[in-house]
Amino acid sequence: MRTGLNRGLAEMLKGGVIMDVVNAEQALIAEAAGAVAVMALERVPADIRKQGGVARMSDPELIIAIKEAVSIPVMAKVRIGHFVEAQILEALRIDFIDESEVLTPADDQYHIDKHRFTIPFVCGARNLGEALRRIGEGAAMVRTKGEAGTGNVVEAVRHMRAVQSEMRRVMLAPDEELMTIAKELGAPFPLVQEVKKLGALPVVNFAAGGIATPADAALMMQLGCDGVFVGSGIFKSADPARRAAAIVQATTHFKDAERLAHISRGLGEAMPGLEIAGLTATYAQRGH
Amino acid sequence: MRVGVLALQGAVREHLRAVKRLGHTGVEVRLPEQLEGLDAIILPGGESTAMRRLLDKVGLLLPLKEFVLSKLTLGTCAGAILLAKRIEPSLEAPVLGVLDVTIERNAYGSQLDSFTCRGDVAGLPDFPLVFIRAPRFAALGPNVSVLASCNGQIVGVRAGHTWALSFHPELTEDLRLHEMFLRPE
Repeated sequence: MRTGLNRGLAEMLKGGVIMDVVNAEQALIAEAAGAVAVMALERVPADIRKQGGVARMSDPELIIAIKEAVSIPVMAKVRIGHFVEAQILEALRIDFIDESEVLTPADDQYHIDKHRFTIPFVCGARNLGEALRRIGEGAAMVRTKGEAGTGNVVEAVRHMRAVQSEMRRVMLAPDEELMTIAKELGAPFPLVQEVKKLGALPVVNFAAGGIATPADAALMMQLGCDGVFVGSGIFKSADPARRAAAIVQATTHFKDAERLAHISRGLGEAMPGLEIAGLTATYAQRGH
Repeated sequence: MRVGVLALQGAVREHLRAVKRLGHTGVEVRLPEQLEGLDAIILPGGESTAMRRLLDKVGLLLPLKEFVLSKLTLGTCAGAILLAKRIEPSLEAPVLGVLDVTIERNAYGSQLDSFTCRGDVAGLPDFPLVFIRAPRFAALGPNVSVLASCNGQIVGVRAGHTWALSFHPELTEDLRLHEMFLRPE
């Protein structure tokens, strides 16, 4: 029963923008800009990347303050495999947990058994096999991993295209080829069958990791995502409130180039971007 | 019939699918001109605060209000909040403000309090009711009738051509309610 309800909440977020916030003040800016949910975390990915060290679940006090400040759904991140952080977030009665590669993994082999929880989970994926493994573990929503904190959309595009091209392969394959495809993808066989039957993933798939401009958000939407997460892209830019509202607009009007041109004007400096090849740590490699 | 679905954000696809399965034409509505020629509109579930901002930004608020004042309208969950004349907590201004009800947002709590049950809706027996961070109809004006109740709470209302539900028929395979809403009278 929770599966339907939890996937259902993700359906309600479609076409929307989920924004990273580190305090109640930022959460209010996000809500006023039209975010469909906020992601509470201690440091945005760009700062985690710069400062290094172990990144963990946020202090519950911060999460409670954010929950009290806004009426939209509140999400928060736990480390991959850290099921006790997840138990704590569930006890805080937030709305969604992101088992996230942006935090330092607590388990280098296994993800959380998300079926044991009542609360919904979202997880990152670089390809269809990874997405279906997370759904098999109980994720109610998936997102591209992208490369968080870089302001560089290239990895999110790569991950989205990988999922789409592997889905096309599944959908065109005759039934007798599905088991071999499942083996090659490392994906649960029943979920591969379901993708073929539905012609789509069984859960909502958002873009995340490197989205910094309205054009980036619209690009991901045109590539077939259901909505976008924006991490550092908003509060590391020159004018967060304006940029946040512009990205919300661009995610709704993603096919309307004239409107996108209007929306993109005069937003001030975007967050500084990073070249993927120059990174010392790639978060997308965490968890598999 | 040509049936619009407000497509700013939310469960747009699901309503369009229901409309098409019933043999009607579904139209995504993001801009004022897309209201032209529609016989009815559905305001879907999603986040009402996000839809409120997006309605303002493209000048859709007033044309949509004019439309729902005279044409067949269904609001589900967030869509019901857009229609209500009074929204609680009371610091929130109404959005379209056309339906004489007081609606309380997130009345049941967080996602952990989301639930399903079954009940009669407008005479349709055993209808699946899906409540996701659902609002609650706290008070109804004199011309508003009850379409559905669940556990002693009002979960569906109607005033003439305006229907509002706090649950999500679009997330189920049951088309009876959409069929009844779109049936010519």
